[in-house]
Amino acid sequence: MKNKLWQLIAILAIVAMALSACQSAATPTEEPMTEEPTSAPADSMDMSYLERAMAGEFSGTVVTMAGPFTDEDAVKFNNSMADFEEKTGIDIQYEGSKEFEASISIRVEGGDAPDIADFPQPGLLASFVDSGDVVDMNQYLDMDALKANYNQSWLDMAMMDGPDGEIMAGVWQRVNGKSLVWYPKDDFDAAGYEIPTTWDELVALSQQIVDDGDAAWCIGIESGAATGWPATDWMEELMLRTTSLENYDKWVTGELPFSSPEVKHAAEVMSDLWFADGFTYGGRAAITTTFFGDAPLPMFEDEPKCWLHKQGNFITSFFPAGAEAGVDYDFFYLPGIDPQYGNPVLVAGDIMAAFADRDEVKAVMEYFTTGASVEGWVKAGGAISPHQDSSLDWYTNDVDRGVAEIILNADSVRFDGSDLMPGAVGSGSFWKSMTDYISGTVDLDTALAEIDASWPK
Amino acid sequence: MSKKASQKNQKKISNILVNGTLILIVLLWTIPTIGLLVSSFRTRDAIATSGWWTVLPHREWTTTSQIQLDEDTDLNAPIVVNGVAYEDDALRDGVALGDGTQIKWQSRRNRIIDVQEKEWAINSEYTLQNYKNVMTGKTYEYVDSEGNAKTEQGDDMSNSFLNTVAVSIPATIIPILIAAFAAYGFAWMKFPGRKFLFTTVVALLVVPLQLALIPILRDFVALNLNGTYLAVWLAHAGFGLPLATYLLYNYISSLPRDILESAFIDGASHFTIFTRLILPLSVPALASFAIFQFLWVWNDYLVALVFIGAKPDVQVMTMRLAEMVGSRGQDWHVLTSGAFITMILPLVVFFSLQRFFVRGLMAGSVKG
Amino acid sequence: MLSGPSGKRGNVLSWITDTLGRIIIALIVPIITFIVLWQGFIFLRDSNAPKMIIVLVAILWGVGGVALLFYVTNWLIEQLPDEWRSRFQPFLFIGPAIALLFYFLAIPTIRTFILSLKSANSNEWVGLQNYLFTFTDRAMLEAYRNNLLWLVIGTSLCVSFGLLIAVLADRSKYENIFKALIFLPMAISFVGSGIIWRFIYYYAPPGRPQIGVLNAVVTGLGGEPQAWLTLLQPWNNFFLIIIMIWLQTGYAMVLFSAAIKGIPAELLEAARVDGANEFSIFFKITIPYIMGTLITVTTTIVIFTLKLFDIVIVMTGGQYGTHVIATQFYRQFFTNRNFGVGSAIAIVLLIAVIPVMIYNLRSFGERQAFK
Repeated sequence: MKNKLWQLIAILAIVAMALSACQSAATPTEEPMTEEPTSAPADSMDMSYLERAMAGEFSGTVVTMAGPFTDEDAVKFNNSMADFEEKTGIDIQYEGSKEFEASISIRVEGGDAPDIADFPQPGLLASFVDSGDVVDMNQYLDMDALKANYNQSWLDMAMMDGPDGEIMAGVWQRVNGKSLVWYPKDDFDAAGYEIPTTWDELVALSQQIVDDGDAAWCIGIESGAATGWPATDWMEELMLRTTSLENYDKWVTGELPFSSPEVKHAAEVMSDLWFADGFTYGGRAAITTTFFGDAPLPMFEDEPKCWLHKQGNFITSFFPAGAEAGVDYDFFYLPGIDPQYGNPVLVAGDIMAAFADRDEVKAVMEYFTTGASVEGWVKAGGAISPHQDSSLDWYTNDVDRGVAEIILNADSVRFDGSDLMPGAVGSGSFWKSMTDYISGTVDLDTALAEIDASWPK
Repeated sequence: MSKKASQKNQKKISNILVNGTLILIVLLWTIPTIGLLVSSFRTRDAIATSGWWTVLPHREWTTTSQIQLDEDTDLNAPIVVNGVAYEDDALRDGVALGDGTQIKWQSRRNRIIDVQEKEWAINSEYTLQNYKNVMTGKTYEYVDSEGNAKTEQGDDMSNSFLNTVAVSIPATIIPILIAAFAAYGFAWMKFPGRKFLFTTVVALLVVPLQLALIPILRDFVALNLNGTYLAVWLAHAGFGLPLATYLLYNYISSLPRDILESAFIDGASHFTIFTRLILPLSVPALASFAIFQFLWVWNDYLVALVFIGAKPDVQVMTMRLAEMVGSRGQDWHVLTSGAFITMILPLVVFFSLQRFFVRGLMAGSVKG
Repeated sequence: MLSGPSGKRGNVLSWITDTLGRIIIALIVPIITFIVLWQGFIFLRDSNAPKMIIVLVAILWGVGGVALLFYVTNWLIEQLPDEWRSRFQPFLFIGPAIALLFYFLAIPTIRTFILSLKSANSNEWVGLQNYLFTFTDRAMLEAYRNNLLWLVIGTSLCVSFGLLIAVLADRSKYENIFKALIFLPMAISFVGSGIIWRFIYYYAPPGRPQIGVLNAVVTGLGGEPQAWLTLLQPWNNFFLIIIMIWLQTGYAMVLFSAAIKGIPAELLEAARVDGANEFSIFFKITIPYIMGTLITVTTTIVIFTLKLFDIVIVMTGGQYGTHVIATQFYRQFFTNRNFGVGSAIAIVLLIAVIPVMIYNLRSFGERQAFK
């Protein structure tokens, strides 16, 4: 009986095998549909990638993007791209991640790079350029058009060293201003204070606030793993105001060591202001332990406990829910120190870099070089356009417009130095050593020497 | 009779001692979590300006009257209030006067000093907004390119919840199954290389999984596996296996040898013994590891981010929560409610598996 | 058997079809299994079905698939002659685990070892230079010191609290509630616990409302508020370790509790009848009985503290002298993209665990297995 059973099973099995073979043979026929013929129109040679995209040539394609901004910013970004997607038919899939620094590194090394990535830290991008992963913009963007639409310093900052020489690693899409001092406007006016236009006036104002019985500055540099970064911003502001732009650029590239007199002097100017008796709210201990987002809060109490807070324009999202711009708070430009260095502005921003060179990716990159790509975001608030073809009318709130004006009126613009330095310094030892110095763990000379020692050879 | 009574008494005392100690420890353990629970019902401003315990009745310094000092009072010299000189620093923190009141600067600028008394107070502002934000998505307000004010509702929780479930359950059971087989193999089977392989398993316990992300991602991308559930299950299985194998080995190898011996004499195969005898006997160990593995996978961020990505339709809950705090972490208070919402399912798992930790499970099956 | 009138010829024929049947089926079954699994995979990857259905199919497919693979492979092996079967069967049991472990952990480790001998961007060989750095750099030495603190204080307190609670809870009527509350922290995500401990350790300057419990207590008692996690070096490490104890004791407790449940009730009763007090029962019966679990739990917690990462990253990011080995590894590898030094740190971590391994393997060699 048992043998019969086996024979039966054998026959059944053969039938099943034949059936499944038919089925599995049927599946592959559906496959080769994805490869679309890319027969470009005859005149495509004369058109830029953006024009070809606008003509609908890349309709149906997908461009993947990754970046660090999430939540509300991601909503605003997607909305500002919606118009472009509709016109061109290119689907832009943005993926924001809170662990962007680590995840972009893993994804690029793992061969899973997005087509385009948004880097808030050019220094991080530089390491991918160094390993040859980034596509050179020079290959396909019209340089004359770029020069017409960007301040030269933005273009210079996009040049990075690749394995085969210098390339243009990306384009700037969105910037924000850093050299801003926030103050509680209503109380400030009531107290009869004047907005300082020189460094000496600023120090005098600080002294006056202290004499009047409050602390002058609200300062907090705690930020979890990134603790210390607000202090590095201060250092950069003071470097720009106490030494030449050449020295600043050398400092950023590592030619001017941290232990040089110029850098040490900037640090001393900072310490003189911060550590002066009663100048900083809560004193030295509070600086390293106050969350940077909580730092401005004492300005908004019924009786402000501190009156001045230097931070980028994003800080408004940390202000109390009911605070109103122009009423409860306002800002002024952090004045220059030495007249020979003028009124420099420290900025930060997002540089878009491409890891793929498909035509539709090139079209999107080209779109990012136009003000139109950020117009939606500018109108929605929270973004400032570096493009010359953008308009001040786009700004729907006074804060953004004011910041844009400050950047436009600047004698010189320099990018956040710590974001340009190699990751080991810019998002490592620079933060850490400044924190150690301010908290009193090490003295200034040791702190600066340790940053120098960490610079990758 | 009296002996019994004293025994009963002793038992009572030891019961009180046991429960008392436990209550003390548990209280210590729970206070931090209670703080989070309370905070999850408070607004961001309230969280930042007063301690969570102020929702309980407490004694608070309340201003009863004010003293206006002379406008020209020198702030750098000791401050004279009602004829007594005080240090400026002391007045900032508040100086207790003998009669239960304290004096403290209201405004140094205006030379006003508060006289305060302790009074009962309770902080009773609550909000459900944190929970609403997490469950149904935040509301975004912005101005579109035509200048119209627009609001957009963020995604609700359901999608990322389902993704997390689809990731977590197989990523818990698969490594347990594989590890149980391996644990049995190491414990009760003879084969060449047994010691070397077991050593490797223990050594791999210490390997940080971050090491493995890049090479594995490269293979997954090449195999077109990336972005699938399978990819993330396999990764979690691989990373969870050393601990699973090690823990289950220790349990399975300590099962009484004579049970297996008698089963072999009855002619059972290894596979039968494993599925019919060892697995049921190992339920407590399997259940405890299942709890841990489930928790790790449930709360994992990095592995999911690397192998399935953060696109809205595939992202897991941890990513969604991380995103909700905003690009610069300005909305970190949503995490207070988020932590509780994401905790519900792990606790259900814990309670449903806890009933396997009962005495006599072993004894019963040995006899039966 | 069917033999009889048809004689030998019929027997041979039926033997052939029989064997052929067995061979074919031995081929067919795995093929069908494979096809079923593959179709499931394709469905999951490409389907647009409602999320709920996809999730259900995914769970069924994933869990069922692995079980099916084991079952089918075992069935195949059981078709083999005895001699082959006993040779292959162990590999059915340990094979999948070993394969996954090698692929996911062992091979990357070897790769890391190679990287550790190369320069930061892996362009050239630098010998042991990276290791030299990991043993001389100030921040690295600090990390070793901190890891040692974690290892000694963290492990011993986790294990003792876990054991204490498991033993006590075992004799309480409200065991489940107590255990659940101790276990609770494990269920909270790391970001969640980061926030929780912020409310404990938060520091505000004197005069500001203290929203951290610890400073509220200190100022309530008339003291100065302290910046627990930042300025109180090196004690801030201790405050971080408390977080780990809070999180990890639940793990020790669950395992100890399961082990204590395995102590035969008769044994305990017999001891009580003999008049042993609770302390001697604990030391003479409970401890020896759960010794295996004790070693297991200690080993795993030691290893856990060695590669501890999340708490430090979430709370201080390694600033204020709180770096540990794993955070240094992460920083070097991902932030600095210095693959050489990063890899060397990971290898140092592996070396550090050798003593623990040796201890664990001593008993392994003596085991008597069945053939």
